Parts: sequence; C-alpha cells; structure tokens
Amino acid sequence: MTEKNQNGISRRDLIIKGAVVTAGLAASSVLVPARFAIGGQAKVKVGILLPYTGTYAKLGTHIRDAMLMRFAEANNMLGGRPIEFVDIDSEAKPAKAQQLTDKLIKKENVDFLVGPVHSVVGMAMVKMARGNGPITVIPNAGADQLTGVLCAPNVFRTSFSSHQMGYPGGPAMLEDGHKRVVLMYWNYGFGKQVAAAFKKSFLPAGGTIVKEIPTPFPKVDFQAYLTELAALKPDAVYTFYAGGGAVKFVKDFAAAGLKKSIKLYGAGFLTEGLGAAQGDAAEGVRTILHYADTLDNPANQRFRAAFKAATGASADVYAVQGYDAGELILRGMNAVKGDTGARAEMIAAMENAVIDSPRGQLRFSKSHNPIHDIYLREVVKGENRVVRVAAKDQDDPATGCSMA
Amino acid sequence: MELSFYLVQLLNAIQYGFLLFLVASGLTLLFGIMGIINLAHGSFYMIGAYLAYWLTGVTGNLWLGILLGLPIALLVGYLVERFAISFLYQRDHLYQVLLTFAMILIFNELQQILWGTDVHGVAIPEILAGSIPLTENQSYPIYRLFISAVCIAIACGMSWVIQKTRLGMMIRAGASNREMVQSLGIDVNRLFALVFSCGVALAAFAGMLASPVDSVYPGMGENVLIISFVVVVIGGTGSIKGAFVGAMLIGLVSTFGKVLLPEMASIMVYALMAAILLWRPQGLFGRAA
Repeated sequence: MTEKNQNGISRRDLIIKGAVVTAGLAASSVLVPARFAIGGQAKVKVGILLPYTGTYAKLGTHIRDAMLMRFAEANNMLGGRPIEFVDIDSEAKPAKAQQLTDKLIKKENVDFLVGPVHSVVGMAMVKMARGNGPITVIPNAGADQLTGVLCAPNVFRTSFSSHQMGYPGGPAMLEDGHKRVVLMYWNYGFGKQVAAAFKKSFLPAGGTIVKEIPTPFPKVDFQAYLTELAALKPDAVYTFYAGGGAVKFVKDFAAAGLKKSIKLYGAGFLTEGLGAAQGDAAEGVRTILHYADTLDNPANQRFRAAFKAATGASADVYAVQGYDAGELILRGMNAVKGDTGARAEMIAAMENAVIDSPRGQLRFSKSHNPIHDIYLREVVKGENRVVRVAAKDQDDPATGCSMA
Repeated sequence: MELSFYLVQLLNAIQYGFLLFLVASGLTLLFGIMGIINLAHGSFYMIGAYLAYWLTGVTGNLWLGILLGLPIALLVGYLVERFAISFLYQRDHLYQVLLTFAMILIFNELQQILWGTDVHGVAIPEILAGSIPLTENQSYPIYRLFISAVCIAIACGMSWVIQKTRLGMMIRAGASNREMVQSLGIDVNRLFALVFSCGVALAAFAGMLASPVDSVYPGMGENVLIISFVVVVIGGTGSIKGAFVGAMLIGLVSTFGKVLLPEMASIMVYALMAAILLWRPQGLFGRAA
C-alpha cells in the first residue's frame, strides 16, 4: 500500500512542524517580548482552508504540501518573520464555509488566508475576506466571480478561472479539424461557466454545437447520455468532469466503443493525475490546461523532483497552484520585509510579481487572476504530453470587476 | 431518433436496474427483514470496491480479489453486528440512525488511512474485456452483461433461500415475532448476526463487482446509499421481489427521464417514489402495516 506514503506531509508532520515553529517562537519571545521589537520577529499567521476529506481530499493535500514545501525552501521565514500555520479541513462543504472562514479571520486573526478548492466554498470565503480581511490567495477554486464581481485588492488567485478552462478549447478543436461538437458537463456553476466560455470562442470561429448535454452533478451514471451522444454522431465532444466522475466518464466512453468515431476533449481535469485509474481508456484523449507533467522547463523539472522527494507523490497541477501560492505570499512579504502593516505596498508587489512557475511564466491581471499559457495535451502512454500551446498568455475578461 | 436508439436505451435501463438491485438487495435484507435502518450500507459498498481494488492489485486477478474480499466483508459485518448493532434491536430506530451515521464517518476515515485519497480504477478481467457492437458506432461491454447475469443469479438465490429453506423460514419468523421464535428454542442472536453479515457481504460484493465499471474513490458509498433506500421503499420493505421490481422501475424512469426530459432528470426518481407512496404507502410488494 504505497498510497499511505503518498499522502505526503501528513497531519502529524504538520503538527510537529508547527510545534517546532512555535517552540522557536517561544524561545525568541523570551528575548524579544514586543512585536516588531527587533526586525519583526513576531510570527506571521497563515490560515489554510482546504479539503482533506471527501472527493477533493487529494487536491487539498497536494496544494498544502506544495505550499509548505515552498515555505520550507525559504527556511520557513516570510520577510524575516517565522510562520505559524492554522490549518483547517474545509471538507469542501459550502454549508461550513462561512463558519470556518469566520474562525480564521476573526478568532485566529490570520495575516494570510489560503484556500479553497471548491468554487462555492470560495464564494463564501471571498465575500467575507475581501476588503479589510487578510490577504487571500485562492489556489484552486475557479468560479469567474472570484476575480470578477467579487474581485478585491486583497484577493489573488494562482489557479484559473472557468473562462480559462473553456475559452481556449474552441480554437484548439477547430484547429484539430472538429467542427460539429457536443458539449457535456456536470450541471453546476463551474461546468456551466466552462461551457459558456467554450461557446464564446467556438461559435464565432465557425464551429457548430450539435447539442449541449448537461448531466446532474455529482452523478456518474453516464450510460444513457453516451447512447445519446452516439446517436448524435458529432466529430468530437468537449467535456468538464473531474475526480471520480472523470475516471468513470473516460472508461465508459471507451467501453461504449465511441473512441473510434468521436474524439474526446475536455478541460484538463478530465485526465489530470488520473492516469493510473483510467489506464488504456484515456489514451488519445486531448485536454486543455495551464500545466502538463512533461513541460520541458527547468522550473518544472526541479519542482517535480523536489515534490516527489518531499511527499513521495507525483506532482500535478494542484501542487503547482499551491507552490505558486506560497511563492506569491513570499514575494509580498519579502517586498515589505515582513511588515504586514504596509498593505498597499505588499499588494502592489504581489500584483506585479512575474513568477517563473513550473507551468511557465505566471503573471497577474488587474483583477488578480493568473495570465498564463494554456496547453493542448494528449494522453500518450498514461502521460499528459503537450501537443502545442493552445493559447499564449491567456487572460480572463474579469466581467464585473471594478479593478479591471 | 431511430428505434435502435430506444432499444439501446432500454438495454441501458435494464442494466442500470440490475446494478441497483445488486446494491439494494443487501439493504432490503437488513431494513426489511431485521428492521434495521442501516445508513452505513453505502460504506460497505465502498469497502467492497476498495477491497476489490486492493486485492486485485495484490493478486493481479479480480476473481481472486473477490474470493479473498468476501470473507473479509463477512467478518466486518459480523463484528459490526456483535459489537454495535446487536445492542440496538430493542431500541428506537433513531438510535440505529445515529449509530450507523457514525459508522459512515468512521469508515470514511478508515478508508483514507488505509488507502489514501486517490481515485482508483480496477481493470476488467481479460476474459470479459471485449464488447459487442450494437449500432454502427456504439458497442456494449460484455462485463456489463455479465453483471446482469450475476444479479439474476443473486435474485433467484436470495428468494430461494428466504422462501424455501429452513434458514429462510427462521429468518422470516424471527423478523415477525422475535420472542416467539426465541421461545421455540431458536438462537435468534446467532441468526441475526448471520443475516447482518450476509447483508454487509452483499453490499460489499456489489461494490466489488461494480468496481471495474465504476471508479473507486473516497465517498463513493454516499452516491448509492440514497438510491438504494428509494429502491427498497418503492418495492416495499423486506420484499426481495419488491426490491427487484423497484430497481427495474427506477432504471427505466431514470434512463428515459434523462433522455426525454433532461431538465427533470434528477427529480424523476423521487417523483416516482412519491407517487407510489401516495398510492401504496407500504410500497409495491410490502405488507400493509
């Protein structure tokens, strides 16, 4: 059972690390009782709200482990100050989001807030944090609104928006010669936004949507829909499914014999980190994403080796997003030398950061959403290999954002 | 759409119904016959799927995996019954709900400690890996047909045991009047432990059998739990025949609902349940209370 080790930095490790940090702090505070007495020795509080249980557990652990790895590379110092983590399991449950965010902001009084994975949790979290709350870094949740109508100077995102998961798909499929396309996606906010963004680029460029088939979330009984898909006979299908649903969809699609006549495309989650579970069924499936395991740049190679060594698990896009969240916080804190009071200066430094990320170059838009390359990838021998860059410096329209 | 389209959908519906029956049969045994509301039924399904994944990985063969996994599932069921459920037979249903809800949380945590948080898949055994062409571009996996065959065998086997054998007679008697059966000298405790273990093993078996066509992931049990209860309630508690008919009805309504009324797809099944309960509160084959 190698999976045991793949959990990476376990909760126990985190507690031990936290204890070391706290112990060091206790020792130093004997000498330096006052906050900022000498060079800001007081601890910086980083609140983490990620799912460690349920369907998104792996995403949460990878994001956290990679972020902690980035901090560890900087000797666990942010702008010269030690770090204290407050790590909470969000369980990816929207119903709990408000209460847990409240705990981090009001009770723990954190300086930074990192999370979450689930878009609906993200909406609740950002509504509370935006404005005067802690500097917030979203390492996954993709809802357009988070850097759209809800955008705020203190809210950053290191992952993607729904728009960036759909929009580059249209031209990529047309370039591959697929004009008649069916859209299939989980029928909830994120899925609908991805589908809408896809249509925005696909239809004006001459593509035809044969039919849209939204399927109930998070159900995984696809058989009836696949029969419908077969009867429609499109050139290709563009999908949004993730996790267990993605594994089942790809396997059912192959088992129904559809691979021969209909080309399967999707937002990158369809095959990201699922190679072992999908096996041969995923061969030839094409997806778009801002990352690929095989990206040939030094930052990626170094990152993948380090992540493997630190956690025993293979890095994926979620780990990259967590790593970059750590990097972004470091940039901000180093720019103000640990003085969290210099908020405007810190935000400016984060906004202007140009990060040499494992995904390639990462910059931020005026709405604090990533600007990065989107790759078209194909599964070959269980690996997501880059076919070509589908969109250079893909931005987000930041609809409704007053900062953009 | 052509006729062939509807025929394929009919096949999908029946196949889905069989899968549902496989999952719900264990539940109807516990809920209907022993009167236990077992919310952890989905967890046993999940345990089965993870056992299949783990043991297939170790032995390299799904059949061996199932063969080794079944005794483990029986043992889990036996231990759960002896150390937890058996204390609650005389209590109100609410206690059972609380206890089995706690078990969902415990089994989820155990699953994560033992197998981690990754999504897994199980390969279809070589011998059943092929598929049969149905229309010009769609084919049907043989393994799915195999699942249907197994379900028919289980349905026949269960109703034979319960209707025709001495054991079945004792189970039925124990369910309707526990004290009377006890006073006739039958060890009801042992009997119920046996039935509970079998119910758990059935749920786990469903998980094992479905693992190659499903994906194995944390929390997968919760998806099947609700629909299993719907099957049992529609069919009438305690009736194997009812569970079978209920599963088929849901298979049909859910499949054709998705195709003909896609906007209503997620509520069709529950609307069906509500309609049936209005008409027959005891379910299709249930005995009136």
